[in-house]
Amino acid sequence: MKQKLLTAVTAAVMAAGPALAELKIVDTSYRTGPYAANGIPFSDGYQDYFTLLNERDGGIGGEMINLVECETGYNTEKGVECYEGTKGDDSLVYQPLSTGITYQLIPKASADGIPLHTMGYGRTSAKNGSVFKWVFNYPANYWDGASHAVTHILNQNDGDIGDKTIALVYHNSAYGKEPIRTLEKLSEKHGYDLTLLPVDHPGQEQKSQWLQIRREKPDYVIMWGWGVMNQVAIQEAVNIRFPMENFIGIWWSGSENDVKAAGERADGYKALTFHNLGRDYPVYDDIQEYVVDAGLAAGAGDQIGSVLYNRGMYAAMLAAEAVKTAQEMHGVAAITPEQMRDGMENLEITEEKMAAIGLPNFGPEFTVTCENHGGNGLGAVSQWDAEAGKFELITDYYQSDQEIIQELVKEDSMSFAEENDIELRCD
Amino acid sequence: MPEQLIWGMEVFLNGLMAGVLYALVALGFVLIFKASGIFNFSQGVMALFAALTLVGIMEGQVPFSHLINAAFGTEIHHFGWHVPAVAAILLTMVVMVALAWLVNQLIFRHLVNQEPIILFMATIGLAYFLEGFGDIMWGADIKKLDVGLPQGINSTIDEVTYNIFGYGFFIDNLDLWATAVAALLVIALVIFAQYTKQGRAMRAVADDHQAALSVGISLNFIWVMVWSLAGFVALVAGIMWGTKSGVQFSLSLIALKALPVLMLGGFTSIPGAIVGGLIIGVGEKLFEFIIGPMVGGATENWFAYVLALIFLVFRPQGLFGEKIIERV
Repeated sequence: MKQKLLTAVTAAVMAAGPALAELKIVDTSYRTGPYAANGIPFSDGYQDYFTLLNERDGGIGGEMINLVECETGYNTEKGVECYEGTKGDDSLVYQPLSTGITYQLIPKASADGIPLHTMGYGRTSAKNGSVFKWVFNYPANYWDGASHAVTHILNQNDGDIGDKTIALVYHNSAYGKEPIRTLEKLSEKHGYDLTLLPVDHPGQEQKSQWLQIRREKPDYVIMWGWGVMNQVAIQEAVNIRFPMENFIGIWWSGSENDVKAAGERADGYKALTFHNLGRDYPVYDDIQEYVVDAGLAAGAGDQIGSVLYNRGMYAAMLAAEAVKTAQEMHGVAAITPEQMRDGMENLEITEEKMAAIGLPNFGPEFTVTCENHGGNGLGAVSQWDAEAGKFELITDYYQSDQEIIQELVKEDSMSFAEENDIELRCD
Repeated sequence: MPEQLIWGMEVFLNGLMAGVLYALVALGFVLIFKASGIFNFSQGVMALFAALTLVGIMEGQVPFSHLINAAFGTEIHHFGWHVPAVAAILLTMVVMVALAWLVNQLIFRHLVNQEPIILFMATIGLAYFLEGFGDIMWGADIKKLDVGLPQGINSTIDEVTYNIFGYGFFIDNLDLWATAVAALLVIALVIFAQYTKQGRAMRAVADDHQAALSVGISLNFIWVMVWSLAGFVALVAGIMWGTKSGVQFSLSLIALKALPVLMLGGFTSIPGAIVGGLIIGVGEKLFEFIIGPMVGGATENWFAYVLALIFLVFRPQGLFGEKIIERV
């Protein structure tokens, strides 16, 4: 009996042993519900990159990655449940892919000591690392995006947009309202008129907003949408014959899904991005060989190279590089969430590093520091080519207007620190 | 004529068109409620399922391909053919009739004489099942739906109104088609209900299940027929909304637009669904046009419900609904 018990205990310890040493990454995905069409490619990209590292390199620094997927359905309550259900066993980092879930997780993750990476979404002022110790939103945030759109319009008008009108069509939610203050501040600086046009969730009916655009004839329309709101807005813009080249969406309004319903007539539509597009990168050959052809792809393997697959893969790559940084800093392979946070805070992405990974020219260089959790705030503009059936970069990476954005970040984050009695760090 | 008035007329016309689209969804609710007293929570998902099936058939997509490929290691996605829109619509109708039969056989025939709340809960379950089933069957990606309906500004109306008012009205060709289809649909449904044997049987079942059974009307047949009709209406709604936004899973949320229409028009009246839709469409669009700019916009969703509630205060059964009097 004693021997049996000893055998059982030994087996249990052996079974538990490798799991404790693994690098646990949780993918809070949404493959079901109204936003599944966007959640699937992102999650496929996120998971396939980690699978590649496991299959090709034997994990990171000799430690295998234990990837755990949890379905949120883009529902904030389910997202919090996923976090609570998976946060044990040293989950290294969460990428919620939802501004709503992010807002709920910021206090929880901060209390639990688990880093959040909200890449290009979430609470913008989390850029201030002296207030938000556990939250990172590199390489760019919403306010950077608003500034990139205005910079692009400035460039098209020889730097003078004092007589121009810009309309913001936005999802009537915390996410959609994010760019308003930045656009208002930029309006004071550059002199353009700003019209605000909120669209109620989910955004299937936007006739009123587009009739107003048709009447008032703004020179440019900037869109902050998600899901069906994007497809309907682009369709309505086509219907009223709004010039597509003057219609610019945030990066969450710029995937192949968004232009599909409008078809060829969406040709020329523009969207911001903080990374490059397409599948012409060596890393994709490896993903094809080690992941897709081996039957290990997270999805059907048909999303590779799409905008959102690239973004998911990029998010995974940045997480993996943070793991490597943490391993180097602490001299251990099996890092803890706190060490992961250190890795994220000391992350440096250079072109040399990207090329070595198999992603040359895929994204801008950036550095994360204790004070700056948001990276360098670089972004570019892409344009939909209907004939080729893909988005293509049409500009270099723009630097966002740091003079205005830093001020807004400071104001918002300091008020958060005051409300939550947070002691500032990074001195 | 003042500019605001001209614009207001354009908004009014677009409100009418939007109302027709809301009414198309509401009609499906009315048909089932009228015949069986069931508030069909799954009507929006039925529109989604019908549209998914239509695109799947048109594009020659293999149903359950992800499941088949995962189970057998194959790489099958398409049959390699494309089905013309009309044939695909007919085939989708066959699927919707089969669905109606299955729903009746597997769910509602077992729930005869149950409380309305039980039947309502069953339709909630059906909605979630159908959404997941549609996902497994056809995939979650956004699909472009093109059955040949024209979209974009109607040039004739644009020119005529420009000549009269000096400002060309925007009316979407798709909305004009939706209006024509909805008008035909309502006329056909009213004729069916009033002048055919099955239609009269449907009305008899709606009035009193027990009495209808006692004169030899098959409750099962009537319920399958009504769910099939609701499936057809869902298909029409799915085509119109799916053409606008692509066929995607948020299509099921169009049911939210039908609720105030039902509250206003009544749950049992086919013309009520149309009139209710028109009032809601015009009301919300005009409110957004006149009051919206003063309160920051985005008033349409909540104003539709406020408008419906105001009508409810004065006519709890809705504009055209039947007044139910229960005597002790």
